[in-house]
Amino acid sequence: MIGTFVDIVLFAMLVLTAFAIVKTDRLFAVVMLSGVFSLLSALLFVALDAVDVAFTEAAVGAGISTVLMLGTIALTSRTEKKSSISSPLPFIVVLITGVALVYGTIDMPNFGDAAAPAQQHVAPEYLKGSLEDVEIPNVVTTILASYRGYDTLGETAVVFTAGIGVLLLLSGLGRRRKDEDEEDA
Amino acid sequence: MEQLIDWAFIVGHINYWLFIVLMMTGLYVVVARGNLVKKIVGLNIFQVSVFMLYISIGKITGGTAPIYPVDLTGHIEPDPSIVYSNPLPHVLILTAIVVGIATTSLGLALIVRIREAYDTIEEEEILKIERQMTAEDNKEYGAAMGGRA
Repeated sequence: MIGTFVDIVLFAMLVLTAFAIVKTDRLFAVVMLSGVFSLLSALLFVALDAVDVAFTEAAVGAGISTVLMLGTIALTSRTEKKSSISSPLPFIVVLITGVALVYGTIDMPNFGDAAAPAQQHVAPEYLKGSLEDVEIPNVVTTILASYRGYDTLGETAVVFTAGIGVLLLLSGLGRRRKDEDEEDA
Repeated sequence: MEQLIDWAFIVGHINYWLFIVLMMTGLYVVVARGNLVKKIVGLNIFQVSVFMLYISIGKITGGTAPIYPVDLTGHIEPDPSIVYSNPLPHVLILTAIVVGIATTSLGLALIVRIREAYDTIEEEEILKIERQMTAEDNKEYGAAMGGRA
């Protein structure tokens, strides 16, 4: 009962934060609200038993990504300019997509159902294996590092590629600016 | 007698629908707003909503976080009476969060580069500059290309 109440309060706050992000045009406020959104979602992850995910979301979503976005608005601009055209098309598209997704959930099992297909396949095997084969108390660690180690390897490759991409995009930023200043002078 | 409203169905599915509301808010920001930083924030909202949907699929009522109790020496003491939530979605979403921050940082770097080239991060203004450049190209090289380039 208390769990449901906590869920509903967190949801209300998440939706309010999301709507505030839509409405605000000062980018500093938008970035801060996005950090708030990540922290609230981390709380919701704790309520949904995903403590490892909550930990990562709080560190990465609310921490690193907020810092990166602050850096970006410092290098670019602080305010969003109001759009001159206001078309109802985006709202209609979003509404249709939402209705289609809700239609898709009708066949899904009830929330928290222990007999749901997602709970039947490999999850019990992993829970048993963590106890008997790997002997690590945290089952998430067992799966991440042992059963699905290749996923983590792929993840590392993605982060490496993104890092190279960022370096290539941003290298020479200061140098190019100096060249331009010299041309102007 | 069958009830007009199936409350068990609504209570069992309302969390999916709430996630979809959040997801659509994020999608709206991406589609309707012209500012590139705001588009990335919208993408983040969308992403986190998908994470919540995945995690909620792994939740079992009365379950707890998938960590076995240990004694003082660190040995696992299994307790068959404890129900654990599904750990597999947690692992998949851990990977997704890290991949998400990688794509976000790449997007932000692109925004910095766009601002350097166009001196703006508003979609409308970038499109206007693009159209101007095309028109100038047409004026200069259009005849050589046989009409409009």
